[in-house]
Amino acid sequence: MRGGFRNWALGAWSVLALVYLFIPIAIVVLYSFNDPKGRYNITWEGFTLDHWLHPFQVEGLQEALTNSLLIALLATALAIVLGTLMALALVRYGFKGRGAANLFIFLPLATPEVVLGAALLGLFITMGVATGFATILIAHTMFSVSYVVVTIRARLQGLDTHLEEAAMDLGANEWTAFRKVTLPIIAPGIAAAALLSFALSVDDFVITNFTAGQTSTFPLFIWGAARQGVPAEVNVLATALLLAVLVLMALNVLWQRRKARSEAALIEPRAVVAPGLAQ
Amino acid sequence: MGLKRRRALVPFVLLGPGLAWLVVFYAIPALTQLYVSLQEGNFEVGYQFTWNFSTYTEALSDYQEQIFRSLGYAAVATILCFVIAFPLAYFIAFKAGRFRNLMLLLVILPFFTSYLIRTVAWQTILADNGFVAERLRDVGVLGEEGRLLATRTAVIAGITYNFLPFMVLPLYVSLEKIDRRLVEAATDLYASRRVAFTRVTLPLAMPGIIAGSLLTFIPAVGDFVNAQLLGTSRQYMIGNVIQSKFLVITDYPSAAALSFILMAIVLTCVLVYTRVLGRQNLEEAVI
Repeated sequence: MRGGFRNWALGAWSVLALVYLFIPIAIVVLYSFNDPKGRYNITWEGFTLDHWLHPFQVEGLQEALTNSLLIALLATALAIVLGTLMALALVRYGFKGRGAANLFIFLPLATPEVVLGAALLGLFITMGVATGFATILIAHTMFSVSYVVVTIRARLQGLDTHLEEAAMDLGANEWTAFRKVTLPIIAPGIAAAALLSFALSVDDFVITNFTAGQTSTFPLFIWGAARQGVPAEVNVLATALLLAVLVLMALNVLWQRRKARSEAALIEPRAVVAPGLAQ
Repeated sequence: MGLKRRRALVPFVLLGPGLAWLVVFYAIPALTQLYVSLQEGNFEVGYQFTWNFSTYTEALSDYQEQIFRSLGYAAVATILCFVIAFPLAYFIAFKAGRFRNLMLLLVILPFFTSYLIRTVAWQTILADNGFVAERLRDVGVLGEEGRLLATRTAVIAGITYNFLPFMVLPLYVSLEKIDRRLVEAATDLYASRRVAFTRVTLPLAMPGIIAGSLLTFIPAVGDFVNAQLLGTSRQYMIGNVIQSKFLVITDYPSAAALSFILMAIVLTCVLVYTRVLGRQNLEEAVI
């Protein structure tokens, strides 16, 4: 009986914790349909679809969002290339200084963002580099690389190297073995790292704030607007981004399931054929 | 060059570009920071490097209040995160059954809405004329003039909220790895459920507890967004000072000194924390 109560309390606590996580998101979504009277989108005034129909009527919002998406795409691409190579080196090869390299790659993750941003701005000022789109891209690539290495390294560590050796025994050269064997196996790791890196970049405010100069991004736009009241169009775009991620995730789940099914069909044809035979 | 020599070079070729990026845009800026912090001067006449250590002593004495406040807020938020997250992670790992993946998805979903806009949403929720504050005034929990927004509570609650998923995920990962048969073995050997929990489950979850605490504490101690949006200047943290000194007042040497101090505090905390809990390798603890 006590165990039953314990489980019940645990479940109730968990639901409350998830509700805590979701209250502000619900508010963001809800207020994207609000029809505020003044500048402040704080009190509920009435339902409207206006902001959803014309999300870009607020000046500067479209440019900010475009910059954010573009920077996130480029930074992710760069970080994935640099990070995957590093992860391969760190897992596959024993060499002098590997421990130090691991530690060094980990350091940016242990540094507060405000320090990363301030340090980069210090460098740019000292070097006389004008801050803008390029410096944001540099900064985002810098912090994404470490996340990419950590994510892909975890995937590589569980990987059986015999598969590649088998491929090379069968006449594949190293590049072919990498392309045909290693890459497909670590692809889910790369996808996860890319999603993480993209999400971190699109949402980054602190480091961007230091390295942006006059360039605007979506978070910088929100920060600027926060003082005079954030327009409902921002809620619309945030909700739309969330929906896009949800759709991507759902597609990914479906794709994984289909792949698992077709793999099961290849490996164990009987498992698929059997139900048909039984009838 | 022999094949063997060439193979020995491969890891360095693979590491090279990424490592170079981190050296130029992480290590060198950190050292530049140190250089800037020892300069003297102001924005109009320019800055001179003079081994000016007084920036450090001045920064420490002028802003010790913000430094201690940051440490205090971050510590309280980390503890709150743990208290909220541990039962949740435990439930997801052992009790959620077919809802496990759905619950995990719900935990990471906040990452996909801008954290600034979620913090702005807290402004809406806690606003003086908002639903919550008015109901609390009605029932007398909050005085006539009582506020939710612009208080210490709001700032700490905001920090707790923003970094909660960073606590849940590592806890879940380490709990999920636990072989339940070990707990069963303990209870079979007449350990009470409480003893089995404190002697088996908790020690095995320790890597997740360390990782989660660090992943929460580090961003929390450097945060300035919550203090800015949910607090007033009386709740300002060290991050607010660094941000305004760099971007508004352009007092670069003292901003760089504060940022260096923050970095030193964080690294010290990480080292002490991992040592105390018996982890030699801090990287192993976090990842």
